[in-house]
Amino acid sequence: MTQIHIQHGRIIDPANHIDGVGDIYIIDGKIAALSNSPEGFKADIVIDASDKIVCAGFIDLSSRLRDMGHSRKGTFKSETRAAASAGVTTLCLQPDTRPVMDATSIVEYTKDLAERTDYPQIYPIAALTQKLEGIELSSMLALKQAGCIAVSNANAPVKNLLILRRAMEYAASHDLLFICHPNDFSLSNKGCAHEGAIASRYGLPSIPEAAETIALAECLELAELTGCRVHFGQLSCKGSVIKIHQAKKYGLNVSADVAIHQLHLTEHDIIPFDSAYHVLPPLRTKEDKDYLRQGLASGAINSICSDHQPHDLDAKLGAFPETESGISSLETLLPLMLKLVSQHAISLEQGIAALTQQPADILRLPTGALTVGFSADVCIFDPELEWQINTDTWKSRGVNTPFWGQTMKGRVTQTLQAGKIIFSLEAR
Amino acid sequence: MYPNIQLNSDGKLKHFLSIEGFDKTLLTDILDTAASFVNPVDGQIKKVPLLRGKTIVNLFFENSTRTRTTFELAAKRLSADVLNMNITTSSTSKGESLLDTIRNLEAMFVDMFVVRHAISGAAHFIAQQTAPHISVINAGDGQHAHPTQAMLDMFTIRQHKPDFSKLRVAIIGDILHSRVARSEIQALNILGVQEVRVIAPKTLLPAKVEALGVTVSHNLTEGLQDIDVIMMLRLQKERMTSALLPGESEYFKCFGLTEEKLKIAKPDAIVMHPGPINRGVEIDSKVADGKQSVILQQVSNGIAVRMAIMAMAMQHNGAIV
Repeated sequence: MTQIHIQHGRIIDPANHIDGVGDIYIIDGKIAALSNSPEGFKADIVIDASDKIVCAGFIDLSSRLRDMGHSRKGTFKSETRAAASAGVTTLCLQPDTRPVMDATSIVEYTKDLAERTDYPQIYPIAALTQKLEGIELSSMLALKQAGCIAVSNANAPVKNLLILRRAMEYAASHDLLFICHPNDFSLSNKGCAHEGAIASRYGLPSIPEAAETIALAECLELAELTGCRVHFGQLSCKGSVIKIHQAKKYGLNVSADVAIHQLHLTEHDIIPFDSAYHVLPPLRTKEDKDYLRQGLASGAINSICSDHQPHDLDAKLGAFPETESGISSLETLLPLMLKLVSQHAISLEQGIAALTQQPADILRLPTGALTVGFSADVCIFDPELEWQINTDTWKSRGVNTPFWGQTMKGRVTQTLQAGKIIFSLEAR
Repeated sequence: MYPNIQLNSDGKLKHFLSIEGFDKTLLTDILDTAASFVNPVDGQIKKVPLLRGKTIVNLFFENSTRTRTTFELAAKRLSADVLNMNITTSSTSKGESLLDTIRNLEAMFVDMFVVRHAISGAAHFIAQQTAPHISVINAGDGQHAHPTQAMLDMFTIRQHKPDFSKLRVAIIGDILHSRVARSEIQALNILGVQEVRVIAPKTLLPAKVEALGVTVSHNLTEGLQDIDVIMMLRLQKERMTSALLPGESEYFKCFGLTEEKLKIAKPDAIVMHPGPINRGVEIDSKVADGKQSVILQQVSNGIAVRMAIMAMAMQHNGAIV
């Protein structure tokens, strides 16, 4: 029965409206008490968190850890180490694994791999349709019982609205959350950049905002029709923020997240053909970025995700449209969130809530807060500590970050997952 | 702003990938150098020993006859050794990556790649990846750029209308898919023309087209008013099947350049086309072969202009122009 005492940290716990210097007492993997030492408490480990911030461990709604068919890009081992060093204690795995997350055996294999990697809190998202082909429904209930936390068709299209309607009705029957990545495939038309001045100048196949907003509008209508709980993942544009805001005001049971890079980068960053900035949905205009920030501040957008997509070097070596999309982004999640705070886009409390309480609420998981009795998922970070992204500091196998070589401000010093220290900066 | 990998540390031309990022002085230098290769008496192009001992590889991942031939002729007039590689029928079909192809050719001690590729950004990628002594000339990449075509068009315009600052230029047709149009628009703006006007239906114009530095018209009759230079673009047949246009005959009716439409432009307007021409689709034969047409001069000028660009790009590698 390990007992851990976290001392003198500034505890920020939006779920419990706590912001102040104090102590946390952990017994047997659970939060035992805040402030006052429980009776008979004798610390085996004392962590001095003076001048640091202590909050719940981060919950990432969209990650890809590769492995299986893609171990060149990343393995559970490399990517969970990256997650731990980034303060992330819960990961949701997109279903476009290889093989696809559409069978209980694959879910069990994934859970087993997570256990063996000593990072058990990996929640697979089940494929909405078999093989993600968008035609036949997956065995959602069995997948849920095997441990899947939601259903999604990842970035693959569902063949038509009738199939989507039925999939959402079926998901709703089993009280499953549907995670939607809104994208009308006929409109996005194999594009790789935002349809605007930059794509026009460089002759890049482009994706209009309408590809996202039309698909989002359709899904909102179906959410009302079917009563399915819908979470919209990785929104990229102004129109989507407005539509989500209206839908919430209207009373629909929907939520949304934004990938951290969409809050910092724009279409201009791809100039002239920098594949490090090739992401889907594409980086859009400054106005879109500003709306996404405002949406986060106003609550129209609930949470921030990493949208972690590690790649091998070859995936990004080529002419821009031929390279693979995605950023290895777990390790920049915290410093880039803190940058939003220093730029006065959101408050620190909002930023922490967007990484903890909000995703926990969306997933209905008893985590994301420092509530007594909860599993002790804790992130301790130094908001002032500067560090450079280089081969010494980086843990993900994917070095595909546009921030490579840059100095980041804010670094995790300790991460606890269910009361176990899974990362400690000094121990490096 | 385009991070200019096209110039070396002394500001000399090294790669020629896109018009973007060059200034008027450099573009004018290219035109003047090209002019120096043309014999003023008979219009023939001299053979010069500027690139003797250098090896130039024409690396064509996409079919082309005219462009490849004029590049080959230009290299030979500069006394370089030329190797033509049509990669569509070569190693990439065996699964070799673009980068592997480049690395293998580098190992054969080449000095310059002339690259044509179907993907936007391919020439830029190759320039970033090649050994530092190798120059890369973009002979057309996807829908991005075709800068040597733009320069030979500027050369042709200057032969007829020496003062760019007075000109209104119309570019007509499929701007959306045209690398030629993108490079022409940039070159014309850098050389300081009064107006670049694009004339096309909305389906053939890219988003935020005005940001490229053009005015827009969807009507040929209105658009041709006061125009000094008419640049026609080729209309690919697949534009009909992808629902961008209803059909050839309607397109010709709206945007085809006929003798009658030509009369709307200034009486001394010149008519240009990068080829190959679709007679009766975008241009009437009578106009293509008429006295205002300079289409064949464009082809001839391609040799001198490409000589100038290749020679200047090799200066960093010992060529003295």
